[in-house]
Amino acid sequence: MSFASINALLLEGFGTTCLLFLLTLVLSIPLGVVVMFGSVCPFRPVRYLTRTFVWIIRGTPLMLQLFVVFYVPGMLFRIQLFPGENGRFIAALVAFVINYACYFSEIYRGGIQSIPRGQYEAAKALGMTRTETFFRVILMQVVKRILAPISNEVMTLVKDTSLARVISVAEIFYVNQVYILSKAIIWPLFYIGVFFLVFIGILTLLFRYLEKKLSYYQI
Amino acid sequence: MSLLEVKGLTKRFGETEVLKGIDYTQERGEVVSIIGSSGGGKTTFLRCLNFLERADAGTVQIGDDCRFDAEKKYSEKEMRSFRLRFGMVFQSFHLFPQYTVLENVRMPLWLRVDETLKQTLRGRELRAKREEAKAECRTKAEELLAEVGLSEKKNAYPCELSGGQCQRVAIARALALSPDILCFDEPTSALDPELTGEVLRVIRALKEQGRTMIVVTHEMGFARRVSDRVVFMANGGIEEMGTPEEVFDRPKSPLTRAFLSASLEEDFKA
Repeated sequence: MSFASINALLLEGFGTTCLLFLLTLVLSIPLGVVVMFGSVCPFRPVRYLTRTFVWIIRGTPLMLQLFVVFYVPGMLFRIQLFPGENGRFIAALVAFVINYACYFSEIYRGGIQSIPRGQYEAAKALGMTRTETFFRVILMQVVKRILAPISNEVMTLVKDTSLARVISVAEIFYVNQVYILSKAIIWPLFYIGVFFLVFIGILTLLFRYLEKKLSYYQI
Repeated sequence: MSLLEVKGLTKRFGETEVLKGIDYTQERGEVVSIIGSSGGGKTTFLRCLNFLERADAGTVQIGDDCRFDAEKKYSEKEMRSFRLRFGMVFQSFHLFPQYTVLENVRMPLWLRVDETLKQTLRGRELRAKREEAKAECRTKAEELLAEVGLSEKKNAYPCELSGGQCQRVAIARALALSPDILCFDEPTSALDPELTGEVLRVIRALKEQGRTMIVVTHEMGFARRVSDRVVFMANGGIEEMGTPEEVFDRPKSPLTRAFLSASLEEDFKA
């Protein structure tokens, strides 16, 4: 195999990895808000149900969840939930989004609960509605507080995408394993390492920039 | 008729009765200090008055058009309109850290002005009036900041201010919504001693303008000099009430006497 052909294969794998990463992020960040509202819902059944769900998702390996999402519907109900060419990718995406939404929801909850009660009271005394209080007073403070834990989670996600190979999603490691490693070529492993380092490096710079943007005030 | 009339105000936290049926009236333009040891119910009384806490029983009448009865149910909107009759200045300021000083004063005012506009106007008329009102809110916020002597800090963030300056911003913010009664919950307790003066001076200037105020305080000297009336609270009730001279110089209740001599001793030690 020539350098060019290996390179093309790896880049294709990178593409899938990046796409999985971006779509997971875009979908799980808002879904996390929904899960968060469920886990602080004043209506007990909803709250307990959500918290149990979060416990299960955070308490089991992501790899297991990938298997369950992809294989169990077919094995139990004889239905193919994720048919077609992109089926495996979509199954992986579903598992990732659910998993990360649960982690994000807990970060959001921690962030919101760390806002001092005085902020709510001041808003209340000034006659603000609940919506105004949340969007005008609380939200920006929460964003500032959760930026660091979110950046951690996002970086873990970059690397977690490699788990998708267990259901044969053609992300970078899968490509490497199937087409390259079998031919006893070593250098692509380092190539992959560099890819992840650069990816994380860019994210680090991005989050540092965001943190700086928000550093004009202190809580 | 009095501006504020409270009857039988009662508040329980679980089993403990923190306010035991308080009757209280206050005239327009009157400044009242509430003193007493911690746990006596001063702060809870203030918080029930301005509806940060919901009283369990009793009525609060403000002016002749606004009446709260603890027996009745009120919508969120009605509760908000009750709260707006009072301004509240907290012990630890609670400014909004992500906004500049000017925004802290302007934004809450603008939200309410905008709400009223949206209820009465539509379409182009609304847009035109909104621009005008926006400018007015800004001007009003700037005037209030000038009044508390912080014009030159208007673009600073709360974290860049001293405690005394923060509290003055908080006062301006509360004044922006033109409340009938301004409440202070130990406004100087979180401040270094050398910073209390500037806040007390602002409160005194407000008295000169004829504002109606209720001040929960530990500053006995301030309570004596500035208030028209002093209320001593103990065990969830009003133990004694009268002019500063009556309460400080000729206290009738033994509880008042004990409290005053203890706090004078503290002053002496200091």
